[in-house]
Amino acid sequence: MAKFLLHRLYIAILVAITVSVIAFSLLRLSGDLAAELAGEDASEEEIVLMAKQYGLDRPLYVQYFDWAGSALTGDLGRSLFTNEPVVEMIFERIGVTVKLALYAILISLMVAIPLGVMASVRPNTLTDRFSLGIAVFGQAIPNFYFALLLILLFGVKLRWLPISGNDSFAHFILPAFTLGLGAMPQFMRLTRSGMLDVLDSDFIRTARAKGLNPRRVLFKHALRNAILPIVSLMAVVLGFLLGGTVIIESIFALNGVGFLAFESIMRQDFPVVQSIVFILSLSYIVLTLLSDLINAQLDPRIRLG
Amino acid sequence: MPDAIQRRDLEDQVDEFEIAVPSPPELMKRRAKSHRGFIIGGSVVLFFLAVAVFAPVLAPYDPYDQDLTNRLVPPVWDAAKGTWDHPFGTDALGRDYLSRLMFGAQISLMIGFFAAAVSAVVGSCIGMIGGYFGGRVDNFIMYLINVKLALPGLLVALSLVSVFGGSILALILILSFLFWDRYAVVTRSVTQQIRVNDYITAAQALGTSRTRIIIGEVLPNVMNQIIVIASLEMAVAIIVEAALSFLGLGVQPPTPSWGLLLSEGRSYMFFMPYLINFPGLAIFFLVISINMMGDGIRDITAPEGRN
Repeated sequence: MAKFLLHRLYIAILVAITVSVIAFSLLRLSGDLAAELAGEDASEEEIVLMAKQYGLDRPLYVQYFDWAGSALTGDLGRSLFTNEPVVEMIFERIGVTVKLALYAILISLMVAIPLGVMASVRPNTLTDRFSLGIAVFGQAIPNFYFALLLILLFGVKLRWLPISGNDSFAHFILPAFTLGLGAMPQFMRLTRSGMLDVLDSDFIRTARAKGLNPRRVLFKHALRNAILPIVSLMAVVLGFLLGGTVIIESIFALNGVGFLAFESIMRQDFPVVQSIVFILSLSYIVLTLLSDLINAQLDPRIRLG
Repeated sequence: MPDAIQRRDLEDQVDEFEIAVPSPPELMKRRAKSHRGFIIGGSVVLFFLAVAVFAPVLAPYDPYDQDLTNRLVPPVWDAAKGTWDHPFGTDALGRDYLSRLMFGAQISLMIGFFAAAVSAVVGSCIGMIGGYFGGRVDNFIMYLINVKLALPGLLVALSLVSVFGGSILALILILSFLFWDRYAVVTRSVTQQIRVNDYITAAQALGTSRTRIIIGEVLPNVMNQIIVIASLEMAVAIIVEAALSFLGLGVQPPTPSWGLLLSEGRSYMFFMPYLINFPGLAIFFLVISINMMGDGIRDITAPEGRN
């Protein structure tokens, strides 16, 4: 176990370092950042001054180590636009994004697991077709279009739910539902195929032969075994959703990290963009590491194999 | 004599029997003909393709022609104001919506297809190399895949578009960067499985070069998987292109990308919902039919892989 853990940790750190380099270089690819910051009709001297002020005249690797060094101490620099510390900007908003992603996962699991179980109990019947149909729908509808439809229906026609802002729980319902719909098909398919495998196994046959309550067999014996891969998928999807909230946050005017990233990209605010990309990658790395460890704990074949 | 006749009869029967066993391509053709999803999905994709290719001939108007006297004309089924002059209505600048949607199909299909194709080439090369060589090479490739998975794809794509601009070529390359990993993961594991087969060992013993083994022996075995992934990734690429354009960081106006039509229509959607419904449904139907076709290809080429 210790060897497995060390190896995974070593890879995670390597990946984290690489990701930090990529995050750092993203907006710097545009070439002359100083000229862009100085504005269109800036003179040569102004550009040079700008470069000096932001330390952009130093070699790239010096700038990187400078940034990475202070990042390790928890200082991610200041926004070029508002001059606020980036750490504060992100921490003010990360709660909204995490909440949104968690609600989205919760909603998609609440739909996907029952549907998947239903489909697996009666494969190739109308029930199965119905749940596959919902999965196909969730996969094909672009979430920004679906969001607009929800706004039209629940926000404007029925006036049940608020359509912008993040003041109350109600504000999160539509965005979380939109975001959750995209994650739903994967969970549904995984539940269905996992359940189909498990239901075919000997211990389920034994449990049924013993005359146990069929519902108990289904939910206690079968689902418990089929749910393992879902737990590890959950970590991956959560990491993915955290980075995928850009569109939803901007449509529903949720003041989260995704929206901040979008605004910062639009105004070339690279200290903010590189920090958000790095933090989101880091959270993905940590989440998958955790899910690997949980899996290894639960399944000895992984940690010994 | 009766014996000989009987034997000849038997031989005839054996011949007939052999003829009756269909070849694998023949089997695939039969499965394709009886696969409803594949036929429906494929037909709709062909329909969109035809619209895209013949848009210059089919479209009633130039998609860029503005007519400010005919702004926001509703579709023809609107009893009060709809006219056959603009069957799908016009947008806020009086441009014919049907024509814009038709030209939009070109952009979606082109970007989707080439993004899926470029990422297929890159991803499968990476995957086959890792799977075939194993060891350190494979470790390095797993590391690349891990880095790719950790990055928030949409944000990276948005940043890259903001740096390199929203030209169609730039979008294709940036989207390919988003999608290569799935090909790599799948081709890698399939290559690992077939690497140990006798025909690979035989080729190695004959002194065939590694490049030739990978192209000649490995590639044909992973081709089916690549095609299936490509069809599904093409659908995702179409959605992501529309999403980038919707956010204003993709195809630039006045080019009629469906995502852009949606974002332009958004300001008027409360009174003119058709402005978002046409492009939204166009994306939805194109994506769903590509997915149906992709699922169909999987069932047809590898029927044992279902469920």
